[in-house]
Amino acid sequence: MSRPQELLDPTLAAGVLARALAHGGEFAEVFAERRSGQTLAIDESRIESVQGGSEAGAGVRVLSGGTTYFAHVDGLAPADLERAADEAAAALRAERAEPRPLRAEAPPPLPIEQPPDEVPAARKAELLRELDRRARDAGGEITQLMASYAEARREVALANSDGLYSGDDRTRVRIGVQAVARRDGRVETGAETLGGHRGFELFDDDPGAIAAGAAGKALTLLDAGPAPTGSMPVVVGGGFGGVLFHEMTGHGLEADHVQKGASVYAGKLGEAVAQPLLTAYDDGCLPGEWGSDAIDDEGAPTQKTRVIEDGRLIGFLHDRRSAAREGAAQTGNGRRESFRHLPIPRMTNTYIAPGEGAPEEIIGEVERGFYAVSFGGGQVDPATGDFVFGVNEGYLIEGGEVTRPCRGATLVGNCLQALAAIDAVGEDFWMKTGICGKAGQKVPVGTGQGHVRIAALTVGGTAA
Amino acid sequence: MGELAAEALERALAAGAGEAEAYLSEAENREVRVHGGEVESLAAATQRGLGLRAWIGGRVGYGFGTDLSAAGLAAIAARAVEAARVADEDEFAGPPAVGGEPPALAGLSDPSHSTWSPAQVADLALAVERAALDADERIVGVEQAVYADSGERVAIASSAVRGGEYETTSCYAYLTALAGGEGGRETGLGFDLARGPAGLDPVGIGREGAVRATEMIGSRKPPSRSCPVVLAPTVAASFAGLLGRALGADAVQRGRSPLAERLGDEIAAPAFVLHDDGLDPAGFATAPVDAEGTPRRRTALIEGGRLCSYLHDSYTARRGGAASTGNAGRSGYRAPPSVSASNLIVSPGEASAAELLRAADEGVYVNDVAGLHSGVNPVTGVFSVGASGRAIRGGEKAEPLREFTIAGELVAMLGAVRAVGGEARWVPFGGSVSAPPLLIGELSVSGA
Repeated sequence: MSRPQELLDPTLAAGVLARALAHGGEFAEVFAERRSGQTLAIDESRIESVQGGSEAGAGVRVLSGGTTYFAHVDGLAPADLERAADEAAAALRAERAEPRPLRAEAPPPLPIEQPPDEVPAARKAELLRELDRRARDAGGEITQLMASYAEARREVALANSDGLYSGDDRTRVRIGVQAVARRDGRVETGAETLGGHRGFELFDDDPGAIAAGAAGKALTLLDAGPAPTGSMPVVVGGGFGGVLFHEMTGHGLEADHVQKGASVYAGKLGEAVAQPLLTAYDDGCLPGEWGSDAIDDEGAPTQKTRVIEDGRLIGFLHDRRSAAREGAAQTGNGRRESFRHLPIPRMTNTYIAPGEGAPEEIIGEVERGFYAVSFGGGQVDPATGDFVFGVNEGYLIEGGEVTRPCRGATLVGNCLQALAAIDAVGEDFWMKTGICGKAGQKVPVGTGQGHVRIAALTVGGTAA
Repeated sequence: MGELAAEALERALAAGAGEAEAYLSEAENREVRVHGGEVESLAAATQRGLGLRAWIGGRVGYGFGTDLSAAGLAAIAARAVEAARVADEDEFAGPPAVGGEPPALAGLSDPSHSTWSPAQVADLALAVERAALDADERIVGVEQAVYADSGERVAIASSAVRGGEYETTSCYAYLTALAGGEGGRETGLGFDLARGPAGLDPVGIGREGAVRATEMIGSRKPPSRSCPVVLAPTVAASFAGLLGRALGADAVQRGRSPLAERLGDEIAAPAFVLHDDGLDPAGFATAPVDAEGTPRRRTALIEGGRLCSYLHDSYTARRGGAASTGNAGRSGYRAPPSVSASNLIVSPGEASAAELLRAADEGVYVNDVAGLHSGVNPVTGVFSVGASGRAIRGGEKAEPLREFTIAGELVAMLGAVRAVGGEARWVPFGGSVSAPPLLIGELSVSGA
């Protein structure tokens, strides 16, 4: 486990901050990072795309008035950091400001049992071969299997002119599997992932199960008919089903959207936005989860934030700047993809808390509807609240029973209406990994929930 | 730069690679974001990195890094060689064959890129925002207006190709305008791209965002049905981008494209003509060579309704017994090259915008699509994506529509192209694409 001092010497950091404030500004920050990783893939039962890399650099920002001045450089030598500070300060014309003395306050990084960079690459290749075998064991109709392994480590250290000096050491591993099944002219795919803010120990118990799962999905879809079309009750599965909440509500709770009036939740704090059965959180300190870190990318400790309590909207997700703007507390949601990006309010692990219904009952109460087990992804316009989700495993519900698989379905709707239309939340619960994009930055996020039912939502399929 | 690439190549050979390829990139980037008449952020950056491919027989590995000192180069070389040792043997793996002489291309960089000061480009972004606010009183704000530019120098050296070196500049500006609607907000995107800031039209960008936002006021769901659909150039470009992926020989050879085993077949209406052109002076992917040093060129992909060619890099060319079409692309030094389209060009047809609407008569005009990354199955081409736009009634644009999906199959849609608009536009969605509006005879629309 590396310490922040190894990345960013405190004396050097103090000098860089003073330089960044040489032409004024209310706040300056230096963010240093070393990122390294390795990826491997298997395709056509052959190990390929073996890659490894390492990058190091720093970003310096200065806040003055309402403007952020930002510069980033590759390299962590004193000259690199000073160049970044000078570039960030270049457009400012005011009197020198003084940073406060630095005080260290780094909480311990999340524990990693088996650092993946200490595991031989051949062992990772063996893991991929195991995934390949497990998927192909599902039957001769599985004609292709692509699987990938990725490990990434981010060592970060940061100092700011308020005197904060902190750091984190983050290791994540993830495997992904895509299986292709064929029968006559039909081709279908099934995908699964497993990941966490964990070391290689994540793969200790039966990682092959996700390959079998992906193969099973592809085989199921071979029997799929066209998806239904029109407005109907929709039951959303647990785990990655939570991406629905992530997209339709989570983004609208990010305070930058709210403050610009570009969120449908602006001005709704304290109001009922869902039925009383719904409570939801963003939690950046869930042990081992994909979206967890010890601190956010501005040095604020991550925390568990209740955003919806019994249907009432009670909190937004803040970074340093959005919190300062409205006198709110930081919530540990100031995240950035790398030292090359500015921090902005982002979700960490976002989920709907478990409710009371059994999944069978939630489905059993639906006369005719759609069961969306998992999504390929989704997108939302936080300003209008319009969202869209691609369903990659879906079924028809008829007479309270799950009857036949459907392919090619998309769900579209509007956040406010869809959230208010959730009329059942299941007691089952689990989390899944996702990669969330916003303003050109990708960050790892966790999504979770149990089975959730939306009373009416538009299903866009190809059936007449 | 060329010397540094050559030195990296030597390092890889010294570390045990039989053959190697070095890709070096140096870039300067700027970005300005404005909001409410104020500069929200001003960012400047320099980046420099190296990617190394190492081959040991038929095994290939990749290493990259930002430390370009002698020790740093050695570490990257060691990483690439170590990676090659883990990979399995692939009989088609190897560096590209020696290509022809790369063409000389002028106009890939614009001097205004380096002469405009941060204050000038900030003013440009502010002008974009102001233009939207001035365009229509129903515009209540701008979510953000952004200007960004980059200048990049690339050098490629491999065991087979030496001295591939070029420089490009590009910039873009966009905004999301907010219109106050009936009980809600509507958003509208306006954008423009050019080689340098002097080539951008800030007022045009602002007005486009304003028009797109205000025309959505009062929008509602259309009824579900199958009907003629007109795709706006931005939407046609997104679909052309998907088609570019399906035409990549890598996806084809691995049986993961709806266009696999269709070479020479009639797959599209004759009106739909598609080229890949890595040399078009107006295209933003234009360069003398591709990402592995093979000269860029123009390739007919769909002509006379027939599938004429796939897109190849050196690997897929060797595997498929074809020639590379100069379509190795990469997303920077962090990733090895893979097949991708350069500039995709959908040939403009004869129809004016009004004629397309008249030909559609009763249907839907699609202004925007959402969820392309999750709503399209790249293996089968089956798609269902979120959309917004306008109803078409009596051959004219009518009420605004939202919250619906359009669904179909990519190849079937090509066959259903009934008319092609005469005015194409360069669009940065789905890669670098120039596309006119398209009239599709029938697509499945799902709304209320």
